[in-house]
Amino acid sequence: MASWDIMHGSRAVAEAVRLADVDVIAAYPITPQTHIVEDTAKMVADGDIRAEYVKVESEHSAMSVVIAASGTGARTFTATASQGLALMWEMLFVASGMRLPVVMVNANRALSAPISIWNDQQDSIASRDVGWIQLYVETNQEALDTTLMAYRIAEDAGVQLPVMVCMDGFVLTHTVEPVEVPDEEQVSKFLPKFKPQQYLDPKDPMALGPIAFPNVYTELRAMQQQAMDGAMSVIEKVNDEFSAVFNRSYGNGLVEEFKTEDAEVIIVTLGSVAGTIKDVIDERGDSKVGLLRIKSFRPLPEDEIRRALKGAKVVGVIEKDVSIGLGKGALASEVRDVMYGSGDSKILSFIAGLGGRDITLDSVRGVIDTCEKALSEDVETVHWVDLKTE
Amino acid sequence: MKISPGGVIRDMGSTVNTKTGGWRSERPVIDNDKCIECGSCWIFCPDSSIIVTTSGNRRTYSVNLDFCKGCGICANECPSAAIKMILEEK
Amino acid sequence: MIEIRFHGRGGQGVVTAADLLAMSAFYDEKYCQAFPSFGVERRGAPVLAFARMDDKPVRRRNQVARPDYVLVQDSTLLDVIDVSSGLKEGGTVIINTSKNASEIELASDATLYTVDGTKIALDVLGRPIVNTVMLGIFSGITGEVSIDGVKKAVEKRFSGKLQEKNLRAVEIAFEKAGEVK
Repeated sequence: MASWDIMHGSRAVAEAVRLADVDVIAAYPITPQTHIVEDTAKMVADGDIRAEYVKVESEHSAMSVVIAASGTGARTFTATASQGLALMWEMLFVASGMRLPVVMVNANRALSAPISIWNDQQDSIASRDVGWIQLYVETNQEALDTTLMAYRIAEDAGVQLPVMVCMDGFVLTHTVEPVEVPDEEQVSKFLPKFKPQQYLDPKDPMALGPIAFPNVYTELRAMQQQAMDGAMSVIEKVNDEFSAVFNRSYGNGLVEEFKTEDAEVIIVTLGSVAGTIKDVIDERGDSKVGLLRIKSFRPLPEDEIRRALKGAKVVGVIEKDVSIGLGKGALASEVRDVMYGSGDSKILSFIAGLGGRDITLDSVRGVIDTCEKALSEDVETVHWVDLKTE
Repeated sequence: MKISPGGVIRDMGSTVNTKTGGWRSERPVIDNDKCIECGSCWIFCPDSSIIVTTSGNRRTYSVNLDFCKGCGICANECPSAAIKMILEEK
Repeated sequence: MIEIRFHGRGGQGVVTAADLLAMSAFYDEKYCQAFPSFGVERRGAPVLAFARMDDKPVRRRNQVARPDYVLVQDSTLLDVIDVSSGLKEGGTVIINTSKNASEIELASDATLYTVDGTKIALDVLGRPIVNTVMLGIFSGITGEVSIDGVKKAVEKRFSGKLQEKNLRAVEIAFEKAGEVK
């Protein structure tokens, strides 16, 4: 039976790993992901997860281990954050290039220097081009559910790509809230045993990870993009099937719309701050402002974004990252790219919540005020929210 | 050409289809009279290009010129100076 | 929605107190949330933790800036910070101290209760860790969570002798709160 419990976001992820019946876990602890490592290690030690738990000396090794294990057809899991993700970086390309359905949870955290252990999303945003599917979650429940869905998406015959589940460090990992833990039997129906498309087998040998000469490299990269394009409908399908079994879904799996229908102003964001924004939108009591939460940042659902933002006169993108040198948030620049040639909505970039800066109700109210002002007058395109100027 | 997802090669042993002998500028020539049959050239060759032929008690060493890149390691390692590198004539 | 802010020092179990309060609300069949102020853990440093409870899902993730209740586990903090900062009108502050409420001055005109939780903790637990005691007091004074909810949370978090002692501490604190009120 499914059961309600109250738990940290990290625990919710560990429950998903247990339910997904993974074969190999390799992870290196780093704040704020540590409890995921501890909880899954204990579950393995207690026999609640029947998996090989490989203790490694770095995140680079953790990713290398799950790549190798996945190559043999094992269902694998790892988790990291910030500096750990950075240390994994070259292996992230290897996992996606080899088309291995590795699932990883990234507990989003700021990068050094200066040292910060606190939440923002610069780590995964800076890894947007590594060829991984990236799904951003809003709640602990969604972290659990998305980790389960991630295996279905990654292992789909037409996809075969690694998935990064991005959850805000501390804001979700260290928050306790009610979570419904699904029933084991239902999960095994939704997520049956992994049947790999191709894997290392001494009886039927193959070479994994050989050199590609210029005559095939471009084609292999194009195949990754095709798989990403195909992943879009798979993510939607998996979200629908999840909903049919567990009675929960997250928008259409790619994006979640909140009061966007008649909105003149639409806020766009990733991750847990969506909850705070929804509360601020609701307290207004009008239908002028809506929210588009992008769950799937990779693949970026361009059609969905265009459709959702079509009627908006002003779009305000709130994000916890900045592309230094570009001078705005990465998501804001991508939303502009998506909207190019369709309508004349103003697209504003709001850089907020860096290095753990609290995004308060007033921060969000301020963003909405600026967007409303932009309906009738010119405003700056880029805003650093709550920036101290002296 | 059929390209598998992930660039996986299903057709094993296909490396031998790529003949690397053309990369060579010098070729090893073995003087069997000086050879003491120690097998160092066979051990050290990075391209597995030393061919050993056994006849009775006698082992004879020769070079597979389809794959020898002419690196000269065999000549360098040979304890009896039985291998000379000579310029490839083009 | 009811919002609560906890003040204490690192090592006093402030974060656990917030977690346990959310758990108590959960066992009372309310939606809830608790999280720390995400500091670097240092023993003795001022620490904040937050909890929210509501009849509908709690969506917001910002720190509690306008609490309905403030719980202070360590009264030495009163010299360092304004614990009543941002308190909602009609809000309540509960302080663990041996002093009477009349001896304490707050920056705002909040309703103030004082309870000697440390004495209860020393008597029952043998250690000056007051987090579970504070929850018994909170339940007794405010009724926002039931004593049964608090006890279920303690049962879930602790086991063996520690559970037994903490349950007793919670009960005594609950009764003591009745007297204070």
